[in-house]
Amino acid sequence: MAQIAFPPPDPTILARRDEILAGLAAILPADGLIADLAGRRAFETDALTAYRRLPLAVALPRSADEVARVMRFCRDAAVNVVARGAGTSLSGGAIPQEDAIVLGLSKMNRILEVNLADRYARVEAGVTNLAISEAVSADGFFYAPDPSSQLACTIGGNVGMNSGGAHCLKYGVTVNNLLGVRLVTLDGDILDLGGAELDAAGLDWLGLVCGSEGQLGIVVEATVKLIRAAEGARPVLFGFDSCADASRCVAAIIGAGIVPVAMEYMDRPAIAICEDFAHAGYPLDVEAMLIVEVEGSEAEMTAELACIAAIAKAHGVRVTRESMSAMESAQIWKGRKSAFGATGRVADYICMDGTVPTSRLPEALERVGEICAGYGLRVANVFHAGDGNMHPLILYDVNDPAQQQKAEAAGMEVLKMSVALGGSLTGEHGVGIEKRDLMSCQYAPADLAQQKRVRAAFDPRAQLNPAKVFPLEGRGA
Amino acid sequence: MIADEVATLTPSDEAEACAMVAEARGRGETLDIVGGGSCVGLGRPPEGKRRLSSARLDGIVFHEPAEMVLRAKAGTPLAAVEAALEAHNQILPFEPIDHRALYGGGEPTIGGLVAANASGPRRVSAGAARDSVIGLRLVNGCGEAIMTGGRVMKNVAGLDLVKLNCGALGTLGFLTEATFKLLPKPESEATIVIRRLDDARAVAAMTAALGSPFGVSGAAMLSPGMGREFSRTFLRVEGVAASVDHRADKLLARLAEFGPERVLKGDDSRRLWWAVRDAEFLAEPRDRAVWRVGVKPSRAVEFLARLGPRALAHLFDGGGGLVWLSTEPTPADAAALRAALAPFGGHATLVRAPDALRAAVDVFQLQPPTLAALTRRVKAAFDPDGVFNPGRMYAGI
Repeated sequence: MAQIAFPPPDPTILARRDEILAGLAAILPADGLIADLAGRRAFETDALTAYRRLPLAVALPRSADEVARVMRFCRDAAVNVVARGAGTSLSGGAIPQEDAIVLGLSKMNRILEVNLADRYARVEAGVTNLAISEAVSADGFFYAPDPSSQLACTIGGNVGMNSGGAHCLKYGVTVNNLLGVRLVTLDGDILDLGGAELDAAGLDWLGLVCGSEGQLGIVVEATVKLIRAAEGARPVLFGFDSCADASRCVAAIIGAGIVPVAMEYMDRPAIAICEDFAHAGYPLDVEAMLIVEVEGSEAEMTAELACIAAIAKAHGVRVTRESMSAMESAQIWKGRKSAFGATGRVADYICMDGTVPTSRLPEALERVGEICAGYGLRVANVFHAGDGNMHPLILYDVNDPAQQQKAEAAGMEVLKMSVALGGSLTGEHGVGIEKRDLMSCQYAPADLAQQKRVRAAFDPRAQLNPAKVFPLEGRGA
Repeated sequence: MIADEVATLTPSDEAEACAMVAEARGRGETLDIVGGGSCVGLGRPPEGKRRLSSARLDGIVFHEPAEMVLRAKAGTPLAAVEAALEAHNQILPFEPIDHRALYGGGEPTIGGLVAANASGPRRVSAGAARDSVIGLRLVNGCGEAIMTGGRVMKNVAGLDLVKLNCGALGTLGFLTEATFKLLPKPESEATIVIRRLDDARAVAAMTAALGSPFGVSGAAMLSPGMGREFSRTFLRVEGVAASVDHRADKLLARLAEFGPERVLKGDDSRRLWWAVRDAEFLAEPRDRAVWRVGVKPSRAVEFLARLGPRALAHLFDGGGGLVWLSTEPTPADAAALRAALAPFGGHATLVRAPDALRAAVDVFQLQPPTLAALTRRVKAAFDPDGVFNPGRMYAGI
């Protein structure tokens, strides 16, 4: 059976279900409250599909005011609240529990303001990541963080998890591109934190809320930085005969003081899976491949690529392929960004998200291979190499409970290895339920206690996204 | 044992700092945190009974050039860190402001720049200090050593207490160590200078530049009287030499309507940005109040118009999103400035003023009551008995 534990639901909440539904119905319009079994089923899991729990009810408010009233009601009624954007979390961040309502932001999906002169956009939390860039691309601007799920995932969820993406190597993750949020607290207060004016004095609420996994309040609106796109961008594929060469090449490029826009790594299994799906023209006869993207004018890109190519050559690169057109570039990125979905076509998998110092990448990749082989499992590696953010996809058969258990055990070992090498359990997917019991590997008890006290300043009874992020009582690795 | 007559506590390591804080807490004493003393004038005047200094927490813990990461103890002089980085052609991305121009003394330290979230003109492209700090160690008000963040570029495990402590002016904890991500030092830089633009045209030129695809890493304006009799608008590009030349040319063409005149390079360019970074031209006369005002660039000119002649001198950084200005050091001027800003929704910090004024008026933008209550609770989560820097950010907190 599955290893991740859920606390038993609070029977006193379950017993009050009718009363709770009536209370929510008084706040929300009929189409803003889902109470029937079939409707709730759609919200019982996220992208960590091996786990599911049916929520008590699903609230789909349309405004900050409705969110505030739902929150006050839940505080007073002592009901737990699980925030949800598009439900694309890979760490179970949006998986509910039987004694919690899901508060979904999908109906709050308006772009409120685009200000190109001041280079920001203000959007409701349910707007998808990609929709922001699409709204400003005609003017040459974009919103930088680009998680693979950007077509579906919402900005609210991105803020909750401090999401990253391939292009974060140059432009930073969500927190570096977030200017402000409107947060609704459990008390129903609507707080505007940060804003289009940079660096408000006072405590950095924005930095605290970003990545807080829905445990401090509900993000209903975000103000994000818009960046003017460079003159041009070009991805190049470098194929290597060994994984070690490819990963050493990554460390050497960073070590040479070159910061490409993106530097992605795929090993042979990942290349095969993605090529089969996206027909991106990836080389199939190499052990590992890097996608390195540079940007700027023709001359700049040519010059930077020459430096990178020289380093790649010194590391034994065998195949080099430069994108020759915008369409080709799009295909190259389509292949990379569909890696998770494409993998899902060939097997069930769990996706790990540990980060390691870039100089330890060769060692880390080798260990990942050994760990998975030790459990008799296949693994495909496809990840953000430039910042050491690994994504081993551990393949298994979800209908075989023994395999699932092995896959999870292997994943946990991989994450512990990341921490032991000086890295982190998670670079961009968040802790959720998946990695919660490993937090004590990365942090000492006093560190975790400090984080929990800060959380309690917002939510003293831990009603918001409960049983996530922090180890359950009596558990922990 | 700590003797009563010692005014400044100078722990030699984190464990000793923990013991000193625990003892102070046990006695019900308060502590003002100091580093190199270069930004003691920032915030409300110190109220603590004794001082807790990071002076002996000195040294670079590691610098991994190939990973572009550096960790240093809090009391390490910034100059020592910058020298170590220089040897490997690396920089702290955020171009930290050197407060000595405004306050007149001391030695900038690593802990101080984190506590002040001290950023400079490259803020527009590389982010603030808080965007480059990836890990911290600190002693909380209970005397416990706390680690947050780490040494890798991406880390979303748990609550981010790193950024919360950046800019908190030591009100939450005594920093002992900070880890930074670095950037390669730009091989070259070029600054386009446009003379004689009025404020509105200067903001328009900066907005055009920052909205261009040429990677502008600095956009500032010095008013007439700041080094020249006419205003000067500056736009910087940085990177490898060929790329800098190319982008400077393209930018010159794009800004043709504003009449760009010349391109400064090398030390001429660098010196200019230091002057902008440190608000050097507002340092004198020394009895004036100096403010940092954050506004949307498109509202900067309107804000100044509303403030009127009370703004004695001003300059723009961040493309107009940061207005540095000076006023007479009076409560009436402070009130007028906050009133002038109110319609635009920005924020103002009284960066320099006599102690009496900083005790009498809000140094930082006043928080709404709900946020003030939250500030108190978060302060209590780190420092339940209010040992550190009482009243430094907000009266009574």
